[in-house]
Amino acid sequence: MRRRKVSFPYMGTSYIPFNTIATAFGNDVIMPPKPTAKTISYGTKYAPEFACYPFKIVLGTYIEVLEKGADTLVTSGGVGPCRAGLYAVVQEEILRNLGYDFEMIILEPPSAGLFDLIANIKKLINTSISIFDLISIIRFAWKQVKVLDKAEKLSHRVRPLEVKRGQTSRVYKQSIALVKKARNYTELLEVERQIEKMYDKIDKKDIDPIKIGIVGEIYVLMEPFSNLEIEEMLGELGVYVERSMFLESYTISNAVMDIFHLTGDKDAKRAASPYFNEMCGGHGRESVGNSVLFAKRGFDGIIQLSPFTCIPEIVAKSILPTVCKKYGLGFMTISLDEQTGKEGLRTRIEAFIDLLAAKKRHKQNLKSLDLAKEL
Amino acid sequence: MRIGIPRALAYYVYYPFVNTFFEKLGCKVVVSDVTTKETMDMGVQDTITDACVPLKLFHGHVRNVKDKVDYVFTPRLVSVNNEATFCPKFLGLPDMLACSIDNFENPFEVRIDLQGSKLRLFTLCYQVAKRLKKGFFATYNAYREALTNLKNYKHQFLQGGIPPLGIVAQKKDTPIKLGVIGYPYMLYDPYLSLDLIKKLINMGVYIITPEMIPNEDKAKQGRKMKKTLFWTFSNEVLRSGYHFLDKKCVDGIIHVTAFACGPDFAVDKLLEIKSKNHNIPYLTITLDEQTGQGGLNTRLEAFVDMISIKKKKLGNKGKEAAMA
Repeated sequence: MRRRKVSFPYMGTSYIPFNTIATAFGNDVIMPPKPTAKTISYGTKYAPEFACYPFKIVLGTYIEVLEKGADTLVTSGGVGPCRAGLYAVVQEEILRNLGYDFEMIILEPPSAGLFDLIANIKKLINTSISIFDLISIIRFAWKQVKVLDKAEKLSHRVRPLEVKRGQTSRVYKQSIALVKKARNYTELLEVERQIEKMYDKIDKKDIDPIKIGIVGEIYVLMEPFSNLEIEEMLGELGVYVERSMFLESYTISNAVMDIFHLTGDKDAKRAASPYFNEMCGGHGRESVGNSVLFAKRGFDGIIQLSPFTCIPEIVAKSILPTVCKKYGLGFMTISLDEQTGKEGLRTRIEAFIDLLAAKKRHKQNLKSLDLAKEL
Repeated sequence: MRIGIPRALAYYVYYPFVNTFFEKLGCKVVVSDVTTKETMDMGVQDTITDACVPLKLFHGHVRNVKDKVDYVFTPRLVSVNNEATFCPKFLGLPDMLACSIDNFENPFEVRIDLQGSKLRLFTLCYQVAKRLKKGFFATYNAYREALTNLKNYKHQFLQGGIPPLGIVAQKKDTPIKLGVIGYPYMLYDPYLSLDLIKKLINMGVYIITPEMIPNEDKAKQGRKMKKTLFWTFSNEVLRSGYHFLDKKCVDGIIHVTAFACGPDFAVDKLLEIKSKNHNIPYLTITLDEQTGQGGLNTRLEAFVDMISIKKKKLGNKGKEAAMA
């Protein structure tokens, strides 16, 4: 069998499990490099002007891996109406027009045709694999996803409390390296324990940090390069950050549930329904729903991340201010594209946090006044 | 009862149906005034900055009409056929209006989802009529009449007219034929499009818009596409463009799009690549709330001049070949 040189888009830490699966299926993996300014410059040069930011990053990544010799690109499809479902079609056209020769394998969601999906996955299996092997590969990759998500969640929790700045980020980087190194399931279990211990060892302050929920479009949420490492920035400013979406929950609600034609993330959808009652593609409705859920859990503010011109998020953006006002949350929206600068963003965020802190103090003062009156 | 209809977005495609239907049911139909600077400004005030112009205009038109009527018709277009849905902004329109416009208490929201059987349109009409407390036969008559009206409207387009702009027919013997494609709400709102179509006609150009191409021709192009786009209007535009390129029935194509229009990122790029391969001049005009006419005039004149020079050259070459 011919060995394919497979590559895929880069998004957060998802390249680790993808790599595991693609290698186990008997392919050579051309590792997509972490996006850099060079990636963006390729992307913006050939992408349509109003394509969203993820499109440009992914296109840039494709060009980089094709230059490295990849001949098969694996990517996801979609049923819309978010534009992401058409990424692959447009990108393929652009890349062919640039003279690259490759095969694009588009994995459509199972509800759009389970047999097409299986046929496409079969194209990627270039070695003899038993069902037992298949199950153990998927189990291993799934555990990787879970451990990676766990490490990230822990980093969000610990970072605002750290005494020595930068320690958490260092531990997080170490955890990723450890997960990458683990070769089988038992090693992964060991790594999981080790990661927990490492986070445990970090010196922590005893404070009640400001809590901010982050909602928005999946790519800019998951890929720190595209959101200018906003989570790290917030954490180091002493804010507890919680993101509405992780790879694990995303995969369950969009791939696994989809096989049975069920909609995932029901809680968010139910929470959004008084304000936003229609599936509009992307994660527009989930953004609204998750904001409501964050509010109910006592968060202080919401930050919405969206790529410039992202349609579902524009719809959400029109609705969110009303929702946040109703629940007394601070609300800030950040449009991201290749022009967004980190320092400008930091200034905006610092101002936002100052406001939230003042509001929180005010609330606490009111509470203690009430208490005093009662006494 | 007075029902207000905002003159924006899907209005330009379906107004013969909607207006007639409500009129025949005995409502007084009040269409919002034609777009002016004021409408635009009101819309810009209410919407967020990254929304596209047509959406901003819809908000402006709702504000224009809402105090004059009992209800404002706010459609939530989900689908009108089995193959595609609409841009998310159409899907979330009533929700956005509720959050963006202050004191908007009289929306008449209708969820339009015609996927599945052909009877769906009538059932939907019947549901709407029930909300207005009308009976079955009144509904049926109104529905029939509305359909006829819509058919007439579409027929006028096929004859080369542009009814929303009041153009009944165009001169057929013009030297240049251009395909002007874009969403109906971009092309047929003279304020938003800066009167682009009439300008071109005055330059002596015969214009073909997506609505003037028979449905069968568009469907034929649709079957050739790898993946159907998700948005009904975008499909119309892309297929019309492909039709022009395939049949070579125009001298050039002008694509009119809104600044930061989501779906057009694919439409525009695909057309650009294909027209380059087919060697047909292609111009994208991006419109937003700016109203400067100068830039547009220059670009249109240059484009038309360039095409007529090219045609002359080709004509001369043809003559020389014939002489030899």
